[in-house]
Amino acid sequence: MNTHVTNAMAADATGNTSSIEISGLDFYYGETQSLKNINLSIAEKKVTAFIGPSGCGKSTLLRTLNRMYELYPRHRATGSILFQGHNILDPGQDVNMLRARIGMVFQKPTPFPMSIYENIAFGVRLYENLSRGAMDERVKWALNKAALWNEVKDKLGKSGLSLSGGQQQRLCIARCVAVKPEVLLLDEPTSALDPISTAKIEELIGELKQDYTIAIVTHNMQQGARCSDFTAYMYLGELVEFGETDQIFLSPAKQETQDYITGRFG
Amino acid sequence: MVQEHFSKQYDQDLEAIRSRVLLMGGLVETQLRDAMESLNEGDIHLAEKVLNSDVEINRLEVSLDNACTQLIVRRQPAANDLRTVMATTKIITDLERIGDEATKIARSAKSLQNRIVTIVNHHETIKGIAETASGMLHDALDAFARLDKELAIKLIGRDALIDHEFHAMMHNLIECMTEEPLTVSASLDLLWIAKAIERIGDHATNVAEQVIYIVDGKDIRHTDYATGKADQFVQPE
Repeated sequence: MNTHVTNAMAADATGNTSSIEISGLDFYYGETQSLKNINLSIAEKKVTAFIGPSGCGKSTLLRTLNRMYELYPRHRATGSILFQGHNILDPGQDVNMLRARIGMVFQKPTPFPMSIYENIAFGVRLYENLSRGAMDERVKWALNKAALWNEVKDKLGKSGLSLSGGQQQRLCIARCVAVKPEVLLLDEPTSALDPISTAKIEELIGELKQDYTIAIVTHNMQQGARCSDFTAYMYLGELVEFGETDQIFLSPAKQETQDYITGRFG
Repeated sequence: MVQEHFSKQYDQDLEAIRSRVLLMGGLVETQLRDAMESLNEGDIHLAEKVLNSDVEINRLEVSLDNACTQLIVRRQPAANDLRTVMATTKIITDLERIGDEATKIARSAKSLQNRIVTIVNHHETIKGIAETASGMLHDALDAFARLDKELAIKLIGRDALIDHEFHAMMHNLIECMTEEPLTVSASLDLLWIAKAIERIGDHATNVAEQVIYIVDGKDIRHTDYATGKADQFVQPE
């Protein structure tokens, strides 16, 4: 079955620079193929949303982009994911460095069982040797970037786990940006949060995209419509349609896409 | 074939809006027919009926606007559903305006009955453009009911006929009024009627443009898309 996308390279076609170029990407969980011939460009400093019903492969796709799948046995990816001129799937790639430059935030906030300060500093220390003063600056900068500084500046020594769910998630975002990534991968970042925390994080995404390329997986279509510049609709491991978000949500080219986003399928 | 939503209520809400638009369209068609008959037959009572019936059309406009707003807030419609709701809000405005134009025709018909000096020359012209406008309205509602883009494109092309006839008639009436000032009152009555019919053609065109938007996602307002350029249309799927 070839439901090939009509405009996979829309990012290039609209004059945007591409940050990540995915070509011929296949993914297997053991014998099961869960991504089939994915081809698309993730535009630099834009937000690309991945939507689709459960099991469509959107989270799987996200986890190929920084090789998170390698933490699990029998998961493998073939094809090409070009990032800064290199195929990140090459065995020779420095995976730790990759994961600093392509950071990930998960659905369930995952602060380290450390102080708020250490949550940020821990990652930075893996890559840089900063003086105390410089580290303080970096921690403050990262927490500002995540719109969390004002809420935690007087309690940096308190445990990250003492924060609310929404704050913990912003702490995780701060932790990602502290190591100066180019790309942020957000896997259903607000699914576990209340509406107000969700709104704050969506607002934050709008600000972060000025500096970072962002890919977000969401099962909340309205969130996809609100937050993203480009949207990819996936089904059964294939990329069905990809395009500018306004076009996908107003006049999708494919009936399958329309059926999903109007609640007739999925 | 369009699948149903998971939510049956959503489908029912959309269908309720659709059928009430067609009900409103039917009432407006009746208003236009009655207004023209009141003119042709000199029937003042029928003209009165048209004037009194306009309130029902206005009520439908308000109620349908509310229904569309509620659908938006409850369902956050997307793609074809969103286009349908947005187009519907515009279509009901045009239908309400057509209803208003029908009342203007009825009002002028009443007025003409009281004129001492009348003009007979333009009777056939007015009947002619009224038939064209009425046909356009009918086809526009039909196109909406069946989401028939081709029908919508065709009817848009007929608006130029009405415009042309109206302008020709206007020049004639100006001559008439210049030559015989006693005919001014009756001439103006006829002019208002012709103008109302011309506006009905415009509103029917607007409805057709919205049908094309629903079907294709193309906003062709203020373009010459449908007038002689139908061959440039490209199917997105």
